[in-house]
Amino acid sequence: MAHPQPPHSGALAIECLHMSKRFGAFTALDDVTLRVRAGAFHALLGENGAGKSTLVKCLVGYQRADDGQVTVDGRERDIRAPHDAHALGIGMVYQHFTLVPSMSVAENLVMSRDQVPAVVNWRREREALRAFMDTVPFALPLDAPVSTLAAGEKQKCEILKQLYLRRRFVVLDEPTSVLTPQEADEVLGMLRQMAERGEVSVLLITHKLREVMAFADRVTVLRRGRLAGEGEVISLDPAALAEMMVGSREVAQTARHARVAHADAPARLSVRGLTVADDTGLEAVSGVEFEVRAGEILGVAGVSGNGQRELVEALIGQRAVAGGEIRVNGEPYAATRAQMARHRVFSLPEEPLRNACVGALGVADNLALRNFDRAPLAFGPWLRRGALRAQARRLIAEFKVKTTGPEAPMATLSGGNVQRAVLARELSGEVSVLIVANPVFGLDLAAVAEIHTRIMAARNACAAVLLVSEDLDELLELCDRLLVMFEGRMVHHTTPAGADIAVIGGHMAGHAHAREAAA
Amino acid sequence: MESEALGWYGVPIAVLGGAIRVSTPFLFVSLGECLTERSGRINLGLEGVLVMGAMSGYAVSFLTGNAWVGVLVAGLAGMALGLLHGLVCSLARVSDIAVGIGLMLLGTGLAFFLGKPYVQPKAPTLPALHLGDWSASPQIQAALQINVLFLAGIALAIAMAWAFRATRWGLIVRMVGDSADAARAMGYPVAAVRTLCTAAGGFLAGVGGSFLSLYYPGSWNEGLSSGQGLMAVALVIFARWRPLACFWAALLFGGAGAIGPALQSVGVTGGYYLFNAAPYVLTLAIMIFTSSPNRTLAGAPGELSVTR
Repeated sequence: MAHPQPPHSGALAIECLHMSKRFGAFTALDDVTLRVRAGAFHALLGENGAGKSTLVKCLVGYQRADDGQVTVDGRERDIRAPHDAHALGIGMVYQHFTLVPSMSVAENLVMSRDQVPAVVNWRREREALRAFMDTVPFALPLDAPVSTLAAGEKQKCEILKQLYLRRRFVVLDEPTSVLTPQEADEVLGMLRQMAERGEVSVLLITHKLREVMAFADRVTVLRRGRLAGEGEVISLDPAALAEMMVGSREVAQTARHARVAHADAPARLSVRGLTVADDTGLEAVSGVEFEVRAGEILGVAGVSGNGQRELVEALIGQRAVAGGEIRVNGEPYAATRAQMARHRVFSLPEEPLRNACVGALGVADNLALRNFDRAPLAFGPWLRRGALRAQARRLIAEFKVKTTGPEAPMATLSGGNVQRAVLARELSGEVSVLIVANPVFGLDLAAVAEIHTRIMAARNACAAVLLVSEDLDELLELCDRLLVMFEGRMVHHTTPAGADIAVIGGHMAGHAHAREAAA
Repeated sequence: MESEALGWYGVPIAVLGGAIRVSTPFLFVSLGECLTERSGRINLGLEGVLVMGAMSGYAVSFLTGNAWVGVLVAGLAGMALGLLHGLVCSLARVSDIAVGIGLMLLGTGLAFFLGKPYVQPKAPTLPALHLGDWSASPQIQAALQINVLFLAGIALAIAMAWAFRATRWGLIVRMVGDSADAARAMGYPVAAVRTLCTAAGGFLAGVGGSFLSLYYPGSWNEGLSSGQGLMAVALVIFARWRPLACFWAALLFGGAGAIGPALQSVGVTGGYYLFNAAPYVLTLAIMIFTSSPNRTLAGAPGELSVTR
């Protein structure tokens, strides 16, 4: 049969009681109790590292809690492995896709079952899948390889998988980080309706207050592994939730950045007709044009995978340019080391440990990657280790990098401290052009505020800043002007002051023209 | 010689016949490598496995008097080497490339060491099917002398293509090879699947080796293999990891290997060694034209360490 799973029999109620989990000396989860009613849309809110993922990993059998128990519909259950959770009707949509890229949607769906027949009768499976697609709110092409789907479609495919498996309790781990605001609303709204009909209970892990306020009926907040608060969403306001999440009002308040106005500043970075190919040789950036003037932050918004990564890689010299030209201070620019030094071009690429550091080298060496070959760190062909260490000590103190010492390998630092070290290297001198990509991805709120302040300070010191980000809130907070990138092109230009989130979201999803025609 | 009767028309026929003969070891080794690489590992040691298979197959055929037992033992010897590769690569932070090179040296060294007594004796070889007896032309008769292993290889290529599409095992192998994270999330044992695929790939390479010693050229000596095991790696890339394409690619490589002898048979002796180098030139050309610093290969399993 196409559906060996038990028939759908409604939403599950789940309680995680007094759960604790320790990793060595570190307590990731400390006596947390979470109660989700049947048919609830329950939000689990907290910052990175608050213990949200640990809690649900224990629930779905990925990890074993040291203490505590799980009850399903009032009965205590021992969930030792994901398989046990699946058998109970509990499923999870992960932050990182668990789809197999080279397989088609149909193959991914069939392979997601716990029991796959030894020989797959594709004719019958396809009939069953087509019938299934008629019953779900969004359809996907069954034969398309998953690698050709956009991020939003992949996320839909993950959720389709849970519906196909007839899950009665679905955990979603930060499902909207790769979606446009509209896509997020569509997906969450659909799950909310299913929860209201009593077909499924939803546990949404998130750090986005907006989603909690708009979709959840109950919320549990974690902070540093402990329960920080819970309640009905109706009786809570965003400020109270933010305080539960972060702990103190000072950090939660969005830092208002002082902006220095620069009138008639010259264009520092100009890009004309830039075309860049991706790893498969296809055009990822198609004829992009823009100009960044001194003393402004130009933002590039867009859903992940629309060419932003390739654009940044081309600008910082990691990827060959297929066509068009890049000019810095009016001169052609090919991102050679000499040009970077002469024009004072610096960058904060995404995933800094991978793109801006050598993980096995010490912090001091990493801090010197820009200038180790010049005086005062170099003397002819020799390196002056003393001067190099002195520079490292100065930068570590100035940028508050937490490390066991200047010689500690970069890879041993936490994400926030790696980013601080890269900031220290890139922003300690005079900066003319700064290229930034997703600078605060995965960092906690304190580090986010600090990094945003540094970027704003560079802008106010007359640097031309290009900020590519998937976080629209970050862009609206920092940018002077904003471009929206879709399928390798810049499709929209606006300023944060006059920005309408719905319009920007429409352009991010590429159906802005349909929207305008309807309006 | 008889070839004179057909003149230059004899060349394509001889190339075709040679392609069928020469391609069989390519076909088996490349199908084995295709299976291993589809599971996300690369086994560069198949050259050693091939030589080991050739030696053990010949030795067992000599000792038992039955060439088919030799083929089976060659496969089992290859499987043992493949299993070794698979198990060592399952340890943390082990490079499958480095282990493969080690296995290549181990396999050839071991085969030369153990195979010394079998260089002289004459072992029973595999029989051929005479599919060309309807023709009066001795060239066509010679070209259509086909070994059963060749037909088994075609059947295997078709079966593998079907299995990758429509069996649980085939789909699990593809899943493990393309996204270890997804496979782990589904609870499939990634390292075990890869180890089994490497062992099965070793079996096929061993069988391919036994064809060398038991059919064509049909004797055991230390110069028997001329890099077929290594060229099979290029062949799999050329075939874009598709079993049926492996068959056509093996025929192409076999045909390239048969150009030299075919030309010689019509009296073209100039550049004999140059024509014999055709398979190697073909390998180089394929690697150059299919590679680019700016893009990854289409169809490559996502977990393959050479493509990451």
